[in-house]
Amino acid sequence: MKGRVTVTSPRTAAARRPRYPASREIDEQTRLGEVYMRSLLRTQFRLALFVCTVLACVVLGLPLLFLLVPELRAAELAGVPLPWAVLAGLIYPLFVAGAWLYVRQAERNERHFEDLVERQ
Amino acid sequence: MSLAAVGLVMAAAILIGAFGLRLSRTTSDFYVASRTVTPLWNASAIGGEYLSAASFLGIAGLILTHGADMLWLPVGWTGGYLVLLVLVSAPLRRSGAYTLPDFAESRLESMAVRRTAGVLVVLIGWLYLMPQFQSAGIVLRAITGAPGWVGGLLVALVVAVNVLSGGMRSITFVQAFQYWLKLTALALPLVFLLLAWRSGGAPGLPAHDAAHWQLPLAGAKEYGLYSTYSLILATFLGTMGLPHVLVRFYTNPDGRAARRTTLVVLSLLGAFYLLPALYGWLGRIYAPDLAGTDAVVLTLPSRMIGGTLGDLLTALVTAGAFAAFLSTSSGLTVSVAGVIAQDLLGGGAVRAFRLATLLAVTVPLGLAVWARALPVADVVGLAFAVAASSFCPLLVLGIWWRRLSSTGALAGLLVGGGLACAAVMAQITGGPFDGLVGALLAQPAAWTVPIAFVVMIAVSFLTPHHVPPGVARTMVRLHTPETLNLDRGDWRPRSS
Repeated sequence: MKGRVTVTSPRTAAARRPRYPASREIDEQTRLGEVYMRSLLRTQFRLALFVCTVLACVVLGLPLLFLLVPELRAAELAGVPLPWAVLAGLIYPLFVAGAWLYVRQAERNERHFEDLVERQ
Repeated sequence: MSLAAVGLVMAAAILIGAFGLRLSRTTSDFYVASRTVTPLWNASAIGGEYLSAASFLGIAGLILTHGADMLWLPVGWTGGYLVLLVLVSAPLRRSGAYTLPDFAESRLESMAVRRTAGVLVVLIGWLYLMPQFQSAGIVLRAITGAPGWVGGLLVALVVAVNVLSGGMRSITFVQAFQYWLKLTALALPLVFLLLAWRSGGAPGLPAHDAAHWQLPLAGAKEYGLYSTYSLILATFLGTMGLPHVLVRFYTNPDGRAARRTTLVVLSLLGAFYLLPALYGWLGRIYAPDLAGTDAVVLTLPSRMIGGTLGDLLTALVTAGAFAAFLSTSSGLTVSVAGVIAQDLLGGGAVRAFRLATLLAVTVPLGLAVWARALPVADVVGLAFAVAASSFCPLLVLGIWWRRLSSTGALAGLLVGGGLACAAVMAQITGGPFDGLVGALLAQPAAWTVPIAFVVMIAVSFLTPHHVPPGVARTMVRLHTPETLNLDRGDWRPRSS
């Protein structure tokens, strides 16, 4: 009887494709390499877009706020007019803080990518 | 005494430049400072190069004249580095490009885009250099009575000698020194001015100024909201397209260092830009007659303090102003000359660079003598608008969008840069204009930047076959950390 035969020996050695390191996938521009690159670009771009969006909301929102709520123009913060306190003072440390957080996150993203590529 | 201070700054700049000459021997040293510059030095150098006459004298003058709306100018000139940091800094360093034309060529693999970028670099550089020379003339006239062109010529000469003898390496040290000099020269007199203000009973603004000048969007300017938004757009997006800033990024060892350097730059600039607003505010109280000029920073010490101390402080701010002229002009001259030597004279040899340096300096010097004198910060603002409408879309789309085609990039550069340049030309030669046209021409960025982006994207969609073939490899080079051993292509900048 020529029926089915139970396979008793695992043929994993023959079935398995040779495993490429991820860096080679990227170098040879395989589809997998493209996926690696796109994931890196997307992560970094989302981070950049997030920072830019917050920045745009603050920076483009302030003139509008001063226009729509005239009381804010004349409001005072510790004796200094609010627009001056914000634009000539507080906004600068905020820029630096935002930049610092960005640098930290961007480096973290890059470390993740390095781990991913070097894992094999 | 102020004259002695000016002489001292000039002599110091030349001496430090000559010291640097002994360190730079080969052509590659000459160009790239051998990448041995540490982040703080590099950040100080970027700050020193960036803080021009517009920052040192111009902002305070414009705030004194127009009030709170002008506070956006220093905010934008600092915030531009935040945008540059998140969108451009690390990929740009990793691209290996030394100049903007290098970047254009490596990313788009097209000589036409490279040459167009080169022409725009030269135009922006000249537009930026012209008011520096004009201001130098005005300052020198104020302290010696010499005719307006003498100051400009003097600065142009020192810059040419410095650039020709030292190259980048010495320029880095000169620039770093200049940042700290400028910070001191603005901060120290301010301490004395504030003390004088307090001991004088801490007078406030006149009632009319407190109700109008001090409040945003309350000035006499028409289309205030449009102007504010356009100014914000030009400054935040234009910073990344300034040729003399980008050269500095090449001196970072890798992309990560480029980011960290930008972070330090942001802190240094933030510290500096706290000062001009106070000068403007004090000026409105003590010297409201100076409205419409750039003289407030130079005049306040003698008005408010006087005597020997007043003279000393005036000498200090004058020295700072000349440091500002020298540093920005040197940086711009190096970049403009690099592009002229490379792309117009056709060669990276030291000799071509020398000829190019002379060209880079003489044209804006001629313009400075011939063109009508606008407030320095206004003209520099126009240079930002041109950069924002040409190089900002090129860099942002080039770094983040694979489908940018060489034709799209070229069309965007020509349309965006062309429109902005036309507006600038009209403003410098024919302006100021009235009404809506006047506002649109004085602050073109709000319409030229969106047009440039739209043209670049639309034409790229229409010409998908002109997407550069090596874009995948370029993206690997731009975005992967240097620690990974990857194939990044064999492109090298022509300049080094």
